[in-house]
Amino acid sequence: MSAFVEPRKRISSTFRTNRRVVDGVSVGLLGLSVVVILAILLVILGDVVFHGISTVSWEFITQAPREGLTAGGIYPAIVGTAALVILMSVAAVPLGVATAVYLHEYTPAEGPRLALARYKVSKGRPGRIKLLLRFLSAVLATSARSAVANLAGVPSIVFGLFGLGFFIQFIGRGIDRATQAPGEVVWNQGSLIWAALTLALLTLPTVIVATEEALRTVPPEQREASLALGATQWETIRRVVLPASLPGILTGGILGISRGAGEVAPILFTGAAYYLPYLPQKITDQFMHLGYHVYILSTQSPDVEATKPLLYGTVFVLLALTFILNLAGVLLRSRTRSKLR
Amino acid sequence: MMTSTTDMADRIRPANTRAGHQAMTGTQTVPKIEVRGFDFYYSENKVLHGIDLDIPEKQVSALIGPSGCGKSTFLRSINRMNDIIPGARGEGRIAIDGKDLYAPGVDIVALRRKVGMVFQKSNPFPKSIYENVAYGLRIGGVRDKRILDEVIEQSLRRAALWDEVKDRQNASALALSGGQQQRLCIARALAVDPDILLMDEPASALDPIATQKIEELIYELKENYTIVIVTHNMQQAARVSDRTAFFMLGKLIEVGETNAIFMTPKEKLTEDYITGRFG
Repeated sequence: MSAFVEPRKRISSTFRTNRRVVDGVSVGLLGLSVVVILAILLVILGDVVFHGISTVSWEFITQAPREGLTAGGIYPAIVGTAALVILMSVAAVPLGVATAVYLHEYTPAEGPRLALARYKVSKGRPGRIKLLLRFLSAVLATSARSAVANLAGVPSIVFGLFGLGFFIQFIGRGIDRATQAPGEVVWNQGSLIWAALTLALLTLPTVIVATEEALRTVPPEQREASLALGATQWETIRRVVLPASLPGILTGGILGISRGAGEVAPILFTGAAYYLPYLPQKITDQFMHLGYHVYILSTQSPDVEATKPLLYGTVFVLLALTFILNLAGVLLRSRTRSKLR
Repeated sequence: MMTSTTDMADRIRPANTRAGHQAMTGTQTVPKIEVRGFDFYYSENKVLHGIDLDIPEKQVSALIGPSGCGKSTFLRSINRMNDIIPGARGEGRIAIDGKDLYAPGVDIVALRRKVGMVFQKSNPFPKSIYENVAYGLRIGGVRDKRILDEVIEQSLRRAALWDEVKDRQNASALALSGGQQQRLCIARALAVDPDILLMDEPASALDPIATQKIEELIYELKENYTIVIVTHNMQQAARVSDRTAFFMLGKLIEVGETNAIFMTPKEKLTEDYITGRFG
């Protein structure tokens, strides 16, 4: 007995020392990565706040830039960004939610392969055409989902080029030809609406994926309860499924919107202006944008040293707006959640 | 408290016997639900084989049998809840008041308003108690607050829940206990004024006291409704039902007056099952 126990004890004790070391090192490394992340975030935020806060004043956020962007405020850029984000949300959220509802509620839960197998074995049975339609619907759903996934992987500058080519050169030109006198250009140029639609495309995948995820969390028993009371499928979706998944949908919508709000690349070609002495009045006007303004101040200024405080101030305002947007989202979500409980 | 369940069973029995007897023997009485040669398939799986069954009006009919015998599938065929499962289909005839509900062009929405359902797991909506009961009325287009209030009170009273919730109708339904939630689901089903109430093991997730309340409720409800209940609990079937149908492997083995099924079953399978030799 002891002959067996003796060597085992030794092995396990050396083993144990090793394990303790490995354990300590792993915890240390994991903790270190958290510290690094926090440090990076603190350095960025600290730098921006430290340098930016002294620039931010009432004048800074309510006046237009002056003297070749070396003085004055960023009011037009704030208004432009807000208008852009609102238009983008109006376009992206309903379209994204509608797409997700269709995909999740109206297309088969099974994949095309299973649907096809079901159709094949149903030979000679009544109602076969329904199974064929189901298979086609499954194919549609699968291709739509992979389209969404691919859309999410497209670099944002490509969205910008697409917006220029499709919205401005194709749709915009078409509208101008149909509605304007020859030579008049209204729609065939960069503007709020085209930039907002381009950003909406970029935001869509986030909204769709998050909404589908939220719809998945609604228990099937809830749908059954509604259907058993004589509700149609649409009534069930509108009165039971959507209210129950609202918190998740809001989260997804806000995540998408705050991502879109910070993007600059898609609006470079589709409507952001270097400098505008006036605010956008119509959806066909160009606009100034906080993110683009940061880019301009840091690369295109005639006097980099003079614009530095303005640059910090602009970044500070951009970060603050994004932060407020996220905060509003969190509050809205917890309010709808507590209402449901 | 606990003894009153058995007391009640004794109390119910004589009153039922007459009505049950009449429905069984009286050929003049038209059954509320008439089932003839009903088959059911999940894709290629045939799960119900040629069911023939008459369910009399304003009585409680219990469906019993081992798990997977098809009794729940049969129950869900009566309000066509199985329609939401892909590849599922029924063949044969189920008629309510003489009208075949598998005939082409049947309005499933109207059918489900006539045939209410209570599920195994209570499934109130994450809304207030009031809004839960109001749900069926609202989708039916009722907007008048007076009518809503009235029907909701009546439904909650019928489901024996009114006294417990009358002062907190705007509280969340999810704050109720399990038994209260199940009675709320019954009130919700009653609010749309069905003729028939289908219950799929309505008390299987409840404690004995809550179960007793549901059983008392079923006894009261049969005065106005035709009730079909699926249960795994043999004592429950014996306590609440007038007639019992025993299912096995997708076939209806035996149906008759509950007393007869439990005291003098004609089939050996029925006897083996109710005496606990299998299942």
